[in-house]
Amino acid sequence: MAQKISFKDTDMQAVIGWVLRIGVIVSICIVFFGGVIFLYRHGHEIADHKKFKGIPDFISTAGGIINGVFAFRGQAIIQLGIVLLIATPVLRVIFSAIGFVLEKDYLYIGISLLVLLIIFISMISGHAG
Amino acid sequence: MSVIVFTLIILVGAYFAGLIGSLTGLGGGFVIIPLLTLLLHVDIHYAIGASLVSVIATSSGSAAAYVKEGITNMRLGMFLEIATTAGAMTGAIIAVYIPTNYIAILLGVILICSAIMSLRKKAEQVLKQQNGWATKLKLNSSYPTANGTVNYSVSMDSIMRIPFKVSTTTSNFMIGVTAAASAVVYLQRGYIDPGISMPVVIGVLVGALSGSKILVHTQSSGWLRWVFAVVVVFLASQLIYNGIIGRI
Repeated sequence: MAQKISFKDTDMQAVIGWVLRIGVIVSICIVFFGGVIFLYRHGHEIADHKKFKGIPDFISTAGGIINGVFAFRGQAIIQLGIVLLIATPVLRVIFSAIGFVLEKDYLYIGISLLVLLIIFISMISGHAG
Repeated sequence: MSVIVFTLIILVGAYFAGLIGSLTGLGGGFVIIPLLTLLLHVDIHYAIGASLVSVIATSSGSAAAYVKEGITNMRLGMFLEIATTAGAMTGAIIAVYIPTNYIAILLGVILICSAIMSLRKKAEQVLKQQNGWATKLKLNSSYPTANGTVNYSVSMDSIMRIPFKVSTTTSNFMIGVTAAASAVVYLQRGYIDPGISMPVVIGVLVGALSGSKILVHTQSSGWLRWVFAVVVVFLASQLIYNGIIGRI
């Protein structure tokens, strides 16, 4: 029994290792690509970040980012990469939860879901405030 | 300052932050905040957003290596993430209502504490040189860790009697999720500006990667830790000073 579980654990570790690696590589490539477009278009403008005024409207919603990506706007492409980067550890928790389901480890299925719930609540509360 | 010059300065700064951060184990993302606010006069909210994203990048990148080697205790990590994500969420919500100069002062104090901790950590590693210098280094400091690592690993190590190697890598594994929980809030609040986070993320990640390469080949990074600790303490006192007189 113990051997069976440890074998599955190494499978799970391999999958999670790949999720993390691919997530970071893909998102950094997207950020870099968006950065090149952004600098090409806005490179000679004046940088001003002295006052906090949030981010431009067209990238403040998910729909806006997607539209911006299709319109080839550098900032939207960067933001897509950043969102993917933030999603990578969350994806890791989801994959762990699936792994625990396969192992029938009910305690840790519950714990993974609780972590996901907390992240989900922070997402919702961010909107509400 | 034009956008392209601004981007290049951050890129170079973030590279060195990632490089030195990975050599000292302090974490490049954290050092980014004083760099952006003091040198480039970026608003601290943007600086926090950018550093948080770079923390996720370096944590996920290094966790990938540790998990594959099987030295991360995923169950322990998952269990502790309940508390860390809840804490991160609370912190992110509170941060919105706290005046920025208080955040600057708090950050300055934490930076000084972690600079001291990084020097202590060095002494610990010197002790362990005799039993496996190469393995030790590779496992412990080849990648940057966020500031919290120190606290996580200390508590796991001394309170819960988890082997040191496992506690360090597990805490590194957890940081990504913890940072993601607050990054979600910051993203919606507009703290994460693409023009700033783009050079920060790329610079810190590349810097951290070359830091880990250097670390494998170098015999001693002791003097570097001292230089870095002095720089961090200097930056931190600037942050505290500016926070107290209300210039940030």
